[in-house]
Amino acid sequence: MTHQNEIHGILAEYETVDGIMHAAEQVRDSGFRHWDCHTPFPVHGLDDAMDVKPTILPWIVLAGGITGLVAGMLMQWWMNAVDYPYVISGKPDWSIPANIPVAFETTVLFSAFAALFGMFILNKLPQWYNPLFRKERFSRATSDRFFVVIEAKDAQFDPKKTAEFLTSTGASAVELVDVPDEPTSPPFGFKAVAAIMTALVLLPPAMIAASRSSTTEETRFHLVPNMDFQQKFKAQTAPLGLENHPLFADGTATLKPIDGTIAQGDLGKSDPSNAAYSGLRDGKPVTEFPKGVVIDEAALENGREQYNIYCATCHGDSGKGDGMVARRAASIGQTWMVTNLLDERIVEQTPGKVFETITKGINTMPGYAAQMSAANRWDVILYLKALQKAQAAK
Amino acid sequence: MAKAELTQLDVEAIYPANLIEGDPSFTQVTQEVAGITEWPKPPRAWYIAFAIALTLLGILGACLTYLVVTGVGVWGNNQPVAWGWPIVNFVFWVGIGHAGTLISAVLFLFRQDWRTSINRFAEAMTIFAVACAGLFPAVHVGRIWFAYWLFPIPNQMSMWPNFRSPLLWDVFAVSTYATVSLLFWYMGMIPDLATIRDRANTKIRRMAYGVFSLGWSGSNRHWHRYERAYLLLAALATPLVLSVHSVVSFDFAVAQTPGWHTTIFPPYFVAGAVFSGFAMVVTLMVPARQFFGLKHIVTMRHLENMNKVILTTGMIVGYAYMTEFFMAWYSGNQYEAFAFVNRAFGPYAWAYWTMVSCNVLFPQLFWFRKLRRNLWVMYPIVLLVNVGMWFERFVITVTSLSRDFVPSSWQYFKPTAIDMLTFLGSFGLFATLFLLFVRFLPMIAVAEVKTVLPTAHAHGHKKEEGE
Ligand code: HEC
Repeated sequence: MTHQNEIHGILAEYETVDGIMHAAEQVRDSGFRHWDCHTPFPVHGLDDAMDVKPTILPWIVLAGGITGLVAGMLMQWWMNAVDYPYVISGKPDWSIPANIPVAFETTVLFSAFAALFGMFILNKLPQWYNPLFRKERFSRATSDRFFVVIEAKDAQFDPKKTAEFLTSTGASAVELVDVPDEPTSPPFGFKAVAAIMTALVLLPPAMIAASRSSTTEETRFHLVPNMDFQQKFKAQTAPLGLENHPLFADGTATLKPIDGTIAQGDLGKSDPSNAAYSGLRDGKPVTEFPKGVVIDEAALENGREQYNIYCATCHGDSGKGDGMVARRAASIGQTWMVTNLLDERIVEQTPGKVFETITKGINTMPGYAAQMSAANRWDVILYLKALQKAQAAK
Repeated sequence: MAKAELTQLDVEAIYPANLIEGDPSFTQVTQEVAGITEWPKPPRAWYIAFAIALTLLGILGACLTYLVVTGVGVWGNNQPVAWGWPIVNFVFWVGIGHAGTLISAVLFLFRQDWRTSINRFAEAMTIFAVACAGLFPAVHVGRIWFAYWLFPIPNQMSMWPNFRSPLLWDVFAVSTYATVSLLFWYMGMIPDLATIRDRANTKIRRMAYGVFSLGWSGSNRHWHRYERAYLLLAALATPLVLSVHSVVSFDFAVAQTPGWHTTIFPPYFVAGAVFSGFAMVVTLMVPARQFFGLKHIVTMRHLENMNKVILTTGMIVGYAYMTEFFMAWYSGNQYEAFAFVNRAFGPYAWAYWTMVSCNVLFPQLFWFRKLRRNLWVMYPIVLLVNVGMWFERFVITVTSLSRDFVPSSWQYFKPTAIDMLTFLGSFGLFATLFLLFVRFLPMIAVAEVKTVLPTAHAHGHKKEEGE
């Protein structure tokens, strides 16, 4: 057994399907363990003749499929119901029926990967180097000849006896396969090409990662300028690039209302003595809620809603001046202060004074006349008064 | 009928002839199929076709460049038909891409051995058709550099796609389908690539085919797992192929537009897809078998079988057309009823009747055995089916959108020259890939064809049993 290192095994060639089938049965019955058949196509019945055990591949694929299903479901749940929930056509954030198609696709995708790559792994592919490939005659294994190979590492292997045995099974040729001392390595050019290709593939992700994790002072690069600066008509401004084609004489795409136009519900505005709109009596802020402002539970409820929409972002739900914007300002070290509306000074302010603040704004607080109707502003004041009373009671 | 004499046709009907004509040996099959990739020069027709394909591909490139730098306004898409040709073309190509997997997977599960001669070819066609299909939605998004928003990729906006939208299901369905088809196709090709590797007489060929055949040695232990993997992939691809066009149909059916919002859409779309896919396989197969001398491997019987599938699915499609009308009337919904009357008799009546005649009327000729086995009859018919199926998608997409609920917003859709050239160009992409495939890859599954030869079975031959 001095040849052990050099010999890979013995190769026997057969010309027909029947030939390999009989040979395989005999090799199996003789108790060899490290051996194989090589055929140009899957020969049916050969698995039995060789006693090949059923593969575990189906279980791998099942595992792949389950993983795909769970991953698909979790992905949709996390992305749409947890990390970034948003209402779309009133559909629930997370509902099985809507999430079935994608989960189905991920199930199939993962199973398919498991089937292909599972097969590769179990078959130890790719295996570009194989001592059998050095044999001229073996090149017909993928075309029209059938081979049995008994490997030298088999306990029963003996170069002479095994060769004789294979000849007796009806082989048309029997040949010793040796392993060269120096394993043939792929040519240099091959490695170079592989290295360059790998580098090229990795380049784009590397560039994306680099630009993601850095900031730049340079202005944005406009790949397709007229997508970024579209030539379109806007309501109040002259269209970019279309200055010479105004729809109307002033260059805008909509006409301004003619003088004296009054929006629906704003009829009272035209009368300066109407305190419900101006909040003034004789040029001074009113001290009480003016006539025409309804004070009831519905108004209070509306005031609460309006306050939460327009005021709470800065002044906070309770009016203490700790709204989201105020907290954010504090967290980034801004000295911007939002007034605490429960402060004695504000509690003592007349409704007219607060109305003026909301209407016109004060210092860094903007006016809300454009966004809130006068009626809504009074309702907010009503709610604010209630809020101040409620907080004071505590 | 005094004497019961069997004609040749009867015999064939009773004992199906060998799938491969002329009883070739394994050696011959290898030589005839793998040998094609070794021809020093392809046939002249290949060069002509390739020149045309490259020209069209160039047109596609030019149109897309123009589109990207200018914007989607270069197309006819506008309100109310915002889904114009790009979506029509997308559905058209995806549909064609159904035949491959159907032939490889569904016919495999049904043990239709005749598929071995055409599956590789059809799978390749599938992949190239899906590539063309994927192109259209990608460029249709307008700012194509944002097309990655379609995928759940973490981004600077901390936003995720909306998984409750059929359009997103579509992204998953089509990309999964493309991936799985590619895996299936590649895996099927590994043993054949090894065959070409082992025949290679130049170093470059040996390396190129060697790398991709992964060192396949035909080991029976490998074949065992390989066949299992193949079966599993077929079992996975079968529901997948049905899901893809169902999901594509959801793009329409989930919307409330009259003429779209029907439950018949998924099966109707799938049947249409198979129909158009088989028509395309025949369209490509007829010249390919002619020019590459494969007429005994892809026999008239194969073509006939495909024509039978075309006849069947064509009638399913025709039945769906009728059902749609019935449902429109039976629903009692005036918008739905109008949508269909408008389809058949409105401004797009020309398109509707083109579709009906190409898809339903002409394939009826395939009832006749003589006609479905005649190349001069089948070729025009399959070409008409290709045309008809494009029109089907056009009719569905455009008629419903151009006239929906509010008459004041009705518009007649007109494509632009860029629309047409882009579509024409997509054939260039398809044909270029295809011609490269037939030149460099085994266009018939060599190993699989060998398994259906009589000599592939141990102990006795099929033929002897038949005689
Ligand atoms: C954008 C943040 C912001 C919003 C929204 C906001 N405020 Fe203010 N508000 C401020 C700031 C800041 C001040 C302190 C201004 C100053 O005096 O510097 C202030 C001050 C006030 C004062 C005290 C004025 C005074 O006399 O000192 C009142 C009252 C008030 N806001 C009421 C409201 C009401 C009611 C609303 C909802 C309609 C509202 N604010 C919405 C930021 C806001």
